[in-house]
Amino acid sequence: MRSGRETAGSPASALPSASPPHTPPPETMTLAPSVFRKAWEGDYVFLFEQLILKDFKIRYRNMSLGVMWSLLNPLVMMGVMTFIFGGVVGGQRSRAFPVFLLCGLVPYNFFTGAWIAGTNSIIDSASLVKRVPVPRQMFPVAGVLSNAVHLLIQLALLFVMAWGYGYRPGVPWLWLPVIWALYIVFACGLSLASSAINVFIRDTRYVVESFNLVLFWLVPIFYSFSIIPPKYADVYQFNPVAALVMAMRNIVLDGIPPPMSLIRNLALAASLTMAMGWVIFARLKSRFYEHI
Amino acid sequence: MRALCFDRVTKTFEHHARRMLLRDRIAGLLRGTRGQRFTALSDVSFELAQGECLGLIGPNGAGKSTLLSLATGLAMPDSGRIEVRGRVASLLELGAGFHPDLTGMENVHVNAALIGLTRRELEEKLEEIIEFSGVREFIHEPLRTYSQGMSLRLAFSVAVSCNPDVLLIDEVIGVGDEEFRARCLEKIRAFQRDGKTILLASHSLELLKMLCQRAMWLERGRVVEIGEPEEIVAAYQGTRSDSAHSSAKTDVPTKRSARV
Repeated sequence: MRSGRETAGSPASALPSASPPHTPPPETMTLAPSVFRKAWEGDYVFLFEQLILKDFKIRYRNMSLGVMWSLLNPLVMMGVMTFIFGGVVGGQRSRAFPVFLLCGLVPYNFFTGAWIAGTNSIIDSASLVKRVPVPRQMFPVAGVLSNAVHLLIQLALLFVMAWGYGYRPGVPWLWLPVIWALYIVFACGLSLASSAINVFIRDTRYVVESFNLVLFWLVPIFYSFSIIPPKYADVYQFNPVAALVMAMRNIVLDGIPPPMSLIRNLALAASLTMAMGWVIFARLKSRFYEHI
Repeated sequence: MRALCFDRVTKTFEHHARRMLLRDRIAGLLRGTRGQRFTALSDVSFELAQGECLGLIGPNGAGKSTLLSLATGLAMPDSGRIEVRGRVASLLELGAGFHPDLTGMENVHVNAALIGLTRRELEEKLEEIIEFSGVREFIHEPLRTYSQGMSLRLAFSVAVSCNPDVLLIDEVIGVGDEEFRARCLEKIRAFQRDGKTILLASHSLELLKMLCQRAMWLERGRVVEIGEPEEIVAAYQGTRSDSAHSSAKTDVPTKRSARV
């Protein structure tokens, strides 16, 4: 089409010399933006695995305790809280208070860690977002999933403790993968939304961090559902983090399946959050490049 | 066959200096309003046939990198149509995503996954990548122990391993020592022999003349000329040495057209 040399005879104010002479007049010149190119078609599983491994290795590579840190945090929290609420404040100590606490701490830890990692994921991967046409959703989702690795370690700790206190797995334990899968979808949805917004409003991460602090008190970690007055029940009713804590205690401590209404609400929250996060992300992602 | 096509593509960026207040940002985000904008590419059209190599010339800020980013699919144009056929490899910045605490080998894996290699493809090519990079004996050392040249060599080796149909290159073949530059050149020539389409931005005019069938001169986001590399380079160099002698604010293309 344009193989020969085209001369630049016009002054700088009118420089469309690269367009052929029959270029339509300016008012019809703008073409609705469109891009026809193959989408990134790599190996999603391989990439997820690599991103998660990378995250995991970076976090622990230079630590002498290595992966023990994943265990240390819940262990210390469990110890302190057992001391405070079981000894100093006293009063509500159940038979297996440490396991009771872990059932609250593990879901809470996972949620906060995953949400923060997800929120920062796009900004943290700025060099990749600007250079590699990988689907952008990969970053927040990988951020959440790499926290799922820590989750597995902490769950193992919880199960070992439960075993030590004489709790044995039963049929209700089959619900564990279901509630955790829904919970992870919920975290992914939230992270998609917050990571995209964080690109444009960098304060988002501090909002998330503050929210997580508040959440610690709004989730029955060191108290049980039974002490919550009915008029405040709504605060917990639609809180997926609280739902997971409750379900964990049902399954591990009481040996009963979680109430069907809880599963339904959790599934509803997970799918709605995911849909919302996906839409927000899809709407904003085309402008990441310019704002990062 | 047409491998890459830009049809009246315009791209603007928002100036970031203003609108920093939260309420402005939220309002802007919700309404999608656009503040003051800077035009990075204006009405750019060109086509590349399959197997062709086009060189991009222009001073810093002319829009070369923006053009390559758009072709890569990293950003959307404001208006215009972009068409790219086949698998694309973008060598925009070597070692994006490399992490200093990971070993060379681990970084190769992460980067290969990012550019879209499947696990099997990487297994097949791993040997070739390591061989080409020439850092075999350090491949299990953390990247922070590498010299800059070494890590660039590794990055280049991964980047070209994906057997692309279209190769977008932004000023990255000038890296490393003589020997590695020669290897990169040889690799690019091999791509050309295989009929790959190449879009190459470089300040190394000699390189452009050597590799490209055509050259495109960009200036302030506009195409000044497309044509024979020899002629374009000569014309471009003419304005450069010209403007070096005149005042800095002179409008370069005007200067040139006046001279011709």
